[in-house]
Amino acid sequence: MLHRRAWVYGWLFLSPALLFLFAFTHYPALNTIISSFFSTPRGRRPAKFIGPENYQEMLQDPVFWKVLSNNFWFAAGTIPISIGLALLMALWVNSHLRGRTLARMAFFAPTVLPLIAVANIWMFFYTPGFGLIDQIRGGLFGLPAINLLGNPDTVLAAMIVVAIWKEAGFFMIFYLAALQSIPPVLREAADVEGAGRFYFFRRVMLPLLMPTTLFVSVNAVINSFRLVDHIFVMTDGGPNNASSLLLFYIYETAFKFWQTGYAATLTVVMLILLSVLAIGQFFLFDRKIHYQ
Amino acid sequence: MRAGRAGWPDFDTALNTVAMCLLAFLWALPLLYAIWTAIHPAAYETRFVLTAPLTLDNFAKAWAAAPFARYFLNTVMLVTLILICQFVLCTLAAFAFARFRFPGRSLLFTLVLLQLLVMPDILIVENYKTIRAMGLVDTIIAIGLPYFASGFGIFLLRQTFMSIPRELDEAARVEGISFLGLLWRVYIPLAKPTYLAYGLVSVSHHWNNFLWPLIITNSVETRPVTVGLSIFSAVDAGIEWSVINAATLMTSGPLLIAFLLFQRQFVQSFMRAGIR
Amino acid sequence: MGVIKRFDTALIASAVMLGQIATASAVDLEFYFPVAVGGKAADTIQALTDEYVGNNPGADIKAVYAGSYQETVTKALTAARGGKPPQLSVILSVDMFTLIDEDVIIPFDGLAQTDEDKAWMSSFYPAFMENSQTGGKTYGIPFQRSTPVLYWNKDAFKEVGLDPDTPPATWDEMVEFGKKLVKKDANGNVTRWGVRIPSSGFPYWLFQGLTTQNDVILANSDGNQTSFDDPRVVEALQYLVDLSGKYGVMAPGIIEWGATPKAFFEGQTAMMWTTTGNLTNVRENAPFDFGVGMLPAHKRRGAPTGGGNFYIFKDSSPEQQQAAFDFVKWITAPEQSAKWTIATGYVAPRPDTWETDTMKAYTADFPPALVARDQLEFAVAELSTYENQRVTTVFNDALEAAITGAKTPADALAEAQQQADAILKDYR
Repeated sequence: MLHRRAWVYGWLFLSPALLFLFAFTHYPALNTIISSFFSTPRGRRPAKFIGPENYQEMLQDPVFWKVLSNNFWFAAGTIPISIGLALLMALWVNSHLRGRTLARMAFFAPTVLPLIAVANIWMFFYTPGFGLIDQIRGGLFGLPAINLLGNPDTVLAAMIVVAIWKEAGFFMIFYLAALQSIPPVLREAADVEGAGRFYFFRRVMLPLLMPTTLFVSVNAVINSFRLVDHIFVMTDGGPNNASSLLLFYIYETAFKFWQTGYAATLTVVMLILLSVLAIGQFFLFDRKIHYQ
Repeated sequence: MRAGRAGWPDFDTALNTVAMCLLAFLWALPLLYAIWTAIHPAAYETRFVLTAPLTLDNFAKAWAAAPFARYFLNTVMLVTLILICQFVLCTLAAFAFARFRFPGRSLLFTLVLLQLLVMPDILIVENYKTIRAMGLVDTIIAIGLPYFASGFGIFLLRQTFMSIPRELDEAARVEGISFLGLLWRVYIPLAKPTYLAYGLVSVSHHWNNFLWPLIITNSVETRPVTVGLSIFSAVDAGIEWSVINAATLMTSGPLLIAFLLFQRQFVQSFMRAGIR
Repeated sequence: MGVIKRFDTALIASAVMLGQIATASAVDLEFYFPVAVGGKAADTIQALTDEYVGNNPGADIKAVYAGSYQETVTKALTAARGGKPPQLSVILSVDMFTLIDEDVIIPFDGLAQTDEDKAWMSSFYPAFMENSQTGGKTYGIPFQRSTPVLYWNKDAFKEVGLDPDTPPATWDEMVEFGKKLVKKDANGNVTRWGVRIPSSGFPYWLFQGLTTQNDVILANSDGNQTSFDDPRVVEALQYLVDLSGKYGVMAPGIIEWGATPKAFFEGQTAMMWTTTGNLTNVRENAPFDFGVGMLPAHKRRGAPTGGGNFYIFKDSSPEQQQAAFDFVKWITAPEQSAKWTIATGYVAPRPDTWETDTMKAYTADFPPALVARDQLEFAVAELSTYENQRVTTVFNDALEAAITGAKTPADALAEAQQQADAILKDYR
């Protein structure tokens, strides 16, 4: 819009949103970055400038590296599986299969059940001995009890399952929307040409679903760093930090240990990580949109 | 998948149906378990026998443990307030980014994108100070304030607005419609599916949010459902599944039922143009 | 800008509508309380507060449920840093050093002016006061305090030929009983374990039972020195690890706190160690005859104390501090604390509460409630240091590493001691 005073309008429309963004995001984030170069203030000892000391401490902190690798596996486990399942669910629910209405309901239900409450149900499923999984294992197969949450080798996988359960149905909705916008003519044309169903899916539908996939994957990436409510309820990050994730560790450092300086440092790292991941995705997303 | 082609044997449909039902069953398990425990005495929390006696005691207990009606009302007000503010602020900002050229646009857009990453969840201490300085501690509006301007919302709407052909708004400008009129009559109606998609993300996020509301509120009149539910997550005395599940059902029930009733309309209107 | 204007109006309108308009009255107090034992505790605190406000129009006390212990201290410190702390809060007794370090609380000593006040302050069980005092000053008043005890299933004891009225008195007996009580099905899978000592989240607390019984104290009273690598601590941890490994009387891996009472009700374990805060729960839900006893002894009897204290916050007017003091005095008085104990199962923190008629009737009807009181004689302070949560997390991690077999007890504890030294060196 080549209006001469376009910029006045631009700024006018922008200013309310920017005001809020500056007040509740940029200003506190800037404070966070500044505090990452200061020591933690304690009642009688004010913060003092210590340069990169917090960062050096972080590099030597084994727990930091542990949660970083946990978070990597958590993301690697939740993102592809929840997106894949979401697409499968959408395809099913969008078909003419019997029971699809109920299935849609079942897939969507986790979205409205607060994780802080549902985590308790999952805890029951995982409980050794009388938990649901063990009742099935023991009752049907005569297998011994398995302590999924109490074993460092399985606890992260158990957390990943909960996260996938929580997210997949939510992402399904977006795929469902996209699927319904694909004109049926395309399918008919493919049928006439004798294209196989898998071929049709791969060459026609997947490309058409690309923007949705990117939208969903941005959400999935952000969630893989943000979804920690169930950890508070189920494991507290244990055993021995085996299920702790970066945001959980930031919470612990900031609100349990009250090491605000160090927490700020960890936060900065998380910001950098997310920037690389999310901004990259967004620019990809941006380009795709222009093609449409 | 449509079994349109004659060449596809029926067992394919059957196989898909079975697989879908199986997955749906798995997905519904936590909900089914919640229903089971909520309507049976605590002794049947781990024993699944059909003859178990039915009871409504758990609901009564949960209802008595916290003023859930009020919490529910608060959550609804909170979610609505946030949604309205997000829609208004994000629409204006997205319109500016999509349709105006002004100095500093790219820089500002990058700053907006930054908010995607800086989750308000990790800025709790700083944001508490700000809210305190504004004198708004313990208000519903304070729970929402950090979320009103959403980088995600601005980004999504900007994308949608940019895909709207410019000829449309030039035609409208010729007729002398103001920018706001243009936004209201052309852009917003065309972006409906985006609003719906974004609304869903926003509502589900704030419906589930816990820590910030707990910190910033102190009274029954302002606290959302999640804070009420947390009273049952107290671990010292062991988990009372039957009561916590009754509470969860009570508070999530209305939303679930609404979805059940309106899912067709909801999904369809959502889909009309698809999210792009 | 019609839209924006309307939006602004709506904003102001809702702020007015939703905002809390402070009522001007004599003394306004905000009082944060955590809940760790379910809904009934919250109701009881609310009811007691209402009763007090009803009788004392001069004080307007607002009781605010603040989540779990962890969430309460987070909320209180966030509020304090934001410049608006509560005037009064119940927070874990072990967070005392943290609160002092943050300079947000004041000692009670300055507020106790009359002889009666001073007498009141020395009317609590010494075992509880250990976590309330440092440097000769009293910063916390015991309120929702607990101690771990042993619960056992009398039916299971009878079944395997043990005396149903005698719990194991020593570590060796606990292993010996445990071996008898373990039950396996046809596939060789254990269907009932001998004992269950939960280790999720905060394993240090119950483990402190074992260390105390092995006659070692984990931290000094100045809160700046720990003894995690003491050979007696290593020995205690070895015993805990052996319960699952060598003796096979306890389930392997980390054992969940929250599911422990249920496992006991379900007959999955014949004995459990858990807080007295569970008494009411077990009494209502155990489908069999159960017993409550002191933890078994080794070199001596012993158990930690636990739970929350009242703290008065610094950033408040003298009138508010006085009002808070009066309220604490009232709510910990025998009649009130009896009500509280009966509703929750927490240990009444002063001897005279146990002498009230209400309490006597309760204990006559339910003698297990006395076990915790009797154990107080052998109880010690719960592990508490400066930067408490950091130090205990280091310790917890070491315990979990040993329990899951990732490290040997000696290695895990030596590392923990090193880390704790590094954290605490600034406080010496």
